[in-house]
Parts: sequence; C-alpha cells; structure tokens
Amino acid sequence: MTDGWSWETFSDAFPFVVKGIGITLGLTVTCYIFALLFGFVWLFLRRIPVKPFSWLFTWIMEFIRSTPPLVQLFFIYYGWPTVPYVGATISPFACAVIALGLHFSTYISEVYRSGINHVDKGQWEAAKALNFPTRLKWIKIILPQALPPMIPMLGNYLIILFKEVPLAATIGVVGIMRLAQDYGDQYWNYLEPLTIVALLFLALSYISSLLTSWLERRMNFKFDKKKAIA
Amino acid sequence: MDTLTEIFPILLKGLRITILVLIGSAFFSYIIAFISGLGRLSKNIFIRKFVGFYIEVFRGTSLIVQLFWLYYALPILFNFDIGSDIWAGIIAISLNYGAYMSEIVRGSILAVSKGQTEAGIALNMTGFQRMRLIILPQATRMMLPEFGNYLIQMLKATSLVSLIGLSDMLYYGNLYRSTHLAESSNVYLLILIAYFILALPLIWLVRKMEGFSKKGVASE
Repeated sequence: MTDGWSWETFSDAFPFVVKGIGITLGLTVTCYIFALLFGFVWLFLRRIPVKPFSWLFTWIMEFIRSTPPLVQLFFIYYGWPTVPYVGATISPFACAVIALGLHFSTYISEVYRSGINHVDKGQWEAAKALNFPTRLKWIKIILPQALPPMIPMLGNYLIILFKEVPLAATIGVVGIMRLAQDYGDQYWNYLEPLTIVALLFLALSYISSLLTSWLERRMNFKFDKKKAIA
Repeated sequence: MDTLTEIFPILLKGLRITILVLIGSAFFSYIIAFISGLGRLSKNIFIRKFVGFYIEVFRGTSLIVQLFWLYYALPILFNFDIGSDIWAGIIAISLNYGAYMSEIVRGSILAVSKGQTEAGIALNMTGFQRMRLIILPQATRMMLPEFGNYLIQMLKATSLVSLIGLSDMLYYGNLYRSTHLAESSNVYLLILIAYFILALPLIWLVRKMEGFSKKGVASE
C-alpha cells in the first residue's frame, strides 16, 4: 500500500476501471426500461375498482419503496433460489435488473399517477360527454396532456437510478464499481480506482443534468426539482 | 416458524447500529442542509460557489461511491483514520443527504412570500432578525414533509454501512445466511419486514407533517 496520491497508479487503473462502463450504462438502461414498463403495471393494479385489491397493491408498493434496495438485491440473488417450489437461480445481471427495476418502478408509477391526475377533470368529463371510446380517450385526450409534465421527472429518475446501479457490484455485476474494488483488492490500493469511479460518475451525471435542463427548456415546462429527488 | 424465533434475536443485535447511524446522520445532515442551503443564498460569491461545488459533487456521485471513497481512500490520501467505521458511515450519509436537502432549504426560503421580507424591513428589523423571526419559522414548516421523506431515504441508506463492515441488521443477516444457506429467503424477507416496521412511523409522520405544513404559511 502506498501513501498519498500517485498519477502512475491513476493511469494504470484508468483503463482497467473504464472497461466496466458499458455494463454500468447497459444495466442502467435495462433497469430503467423494466421500471418504466412495471410502473404501468402498478398503475393498472392500483386502478382495480375492487377496494381490497387496490388497498393491497398500495401497501405492497409502500413496502417496496420504503425498504432498502440493497436488501432487495440480496433477497433476489441469495434468497430467491431457496424459495420452495418456485425458486430458481438467476444471473447477477438479471437480479440487478429485477431488484432495482422493481424498486424504481414504484417511484415511476407515482410519476405516472401524478401526471394523469394533472389532467383537468373537465377533460375527462368532456371525453365522456362526447362518448369517446376508452382507447381513443387515452390516446387523443389524456396522454397528450399527461406526458409533457412527466418527462423532466422521468429524466431525473434515470439519473438517480444511474447512481444506484453501483449497488449491483455487491452481487458481482462487473461494472466500474466492481472493477475498482477488484483493482483495489489486487494491488491493495483503493484511492485511485475509487476516485476514478467518482470522477466518471460526476462527469456522466453532469452531462445528463445538462441534457435534462436542455429538455426542460425545449418542453418549456417549469419543473419543481425538490419533488423529484428520491 | 423455528427460523423466525432463531433469526429475530440475531437481527435485533444489529438494530442498535442501524438506529444509531440513522439518528447520527439525520442530525448532521439537517445541520449541513441548513448551512449549505443558507450559504447558497449568501451575498458572498465565494461562499455561494464553494457551497455550489460541494452540492454538485455529492449529488453527482452516488452514496455507495462516497462511502467507499471515504472508508478506503481518505485514510490513504491524508494519512489519517476517521476514528471508527461508524463515523465513516455517518459522515458519508449526512454529506450526501445534506447536499440533497440543501436544495429543499433553499427552495423553501425562496418560497416565503416577498411581502414578509418587506414587512420586516418596514418594522426596521435587521437581516438576521428577519431571517430568524419571520422567514425561517415559515420556511421550516414547508420543509417538514420533504425532510420526513428524506428520513425514510436515510433509513434505507443505512443498510449500505454493512458493506464497510459495520454490524447493522443486514450485517447480522448476512452472517446468519453464510452458515444457514437454505434459509436465505427467510433471512432477507425478515430483514425487509424489519426495515418496513422501522419505516412505518416515519411514513405516518410524513402524512402528519403534510397537514401541518399547509397551515400558517403566508403565500401570495
């Protein structure tokens, strides 16, 4: 173990750690798509008109969102194979997608819900008065008004998800975080590889925050930042 | 059922650390949030830029990276030990959440109606008096529900300290699992339920705060 900062180690560790960036970004995007789709499922489950069902799903969602994603990750990776009758071994990558995707789908479902609630009540009534069929009502009236306010919030959740993805290193997904730990274990020097990870995260989240603010300006929609931080 | 009675006392051993880290990081992150939230509104450009830099760094990287960096890297870089692991955990969580919550402090202070400041000036109050007696009491009310939400987030974040070897609930769960592999699902399900039980009063608190914060704030 060396004391202090060494640029030699930095340049040595950089290519080693950067190798994992594809996996980290791929995992982020896959989790995000899973969360977007599953967010819809929650939305439908909670709209079931039978009281006990909507009550049950509301509490399941509350359970998922208020327990640590790390434990959920361990539950699916280590615990799921030992569940009687249904258990099966899943690859670390798929585990991370299911655990993190499920965790974030509960947040994203709330975004969908607030977007739909944002549509004025008169619009629903007008659709009813004009006798619009359900499919047309959603496509022509509700969604065009509900989607624009959702977009900045959905973008924010993508950034937040990206920052949660290093958790997957704990179950062995070989992203940048895992490689940095491996490098540290190998040479007993954690300073430079971990700093590289921090710098990569900083750079990528800076780029994405520029993109989000650009998108916000394009959509011309003032958006309340404090509401969308997980 | 046997598992339940066997695992539960083991998890309880870790409860102390979980709650200790939660209380410690809640305390420090609120202080940091107020200091940096007010610093962001300061007239001095250096204070503003410095606080802005801190917020960008801690919001731009993730908590797990900060935790590992603080635990592994900082002692090498400056050649000193943070003291004990629990401080590394508390410092990382409170710096991270302090950065997020400073935006809430800033937003709430800006959201207090301008007329309130003007009334304070009309009454010949100093800037400090205005902030202490008029602006902050109203702004704090507005912050409460979001502060509660972040408390739940912090509870979830405390599970990360098991990764740097702190003996919290998840640590003891992992320890038990390593000797009883067949009961993995029960162990982790129990931990999830334990965290949910801890979160329940906080969820209730947030709902209470939402009602409380609507009352007694002057708005346009």
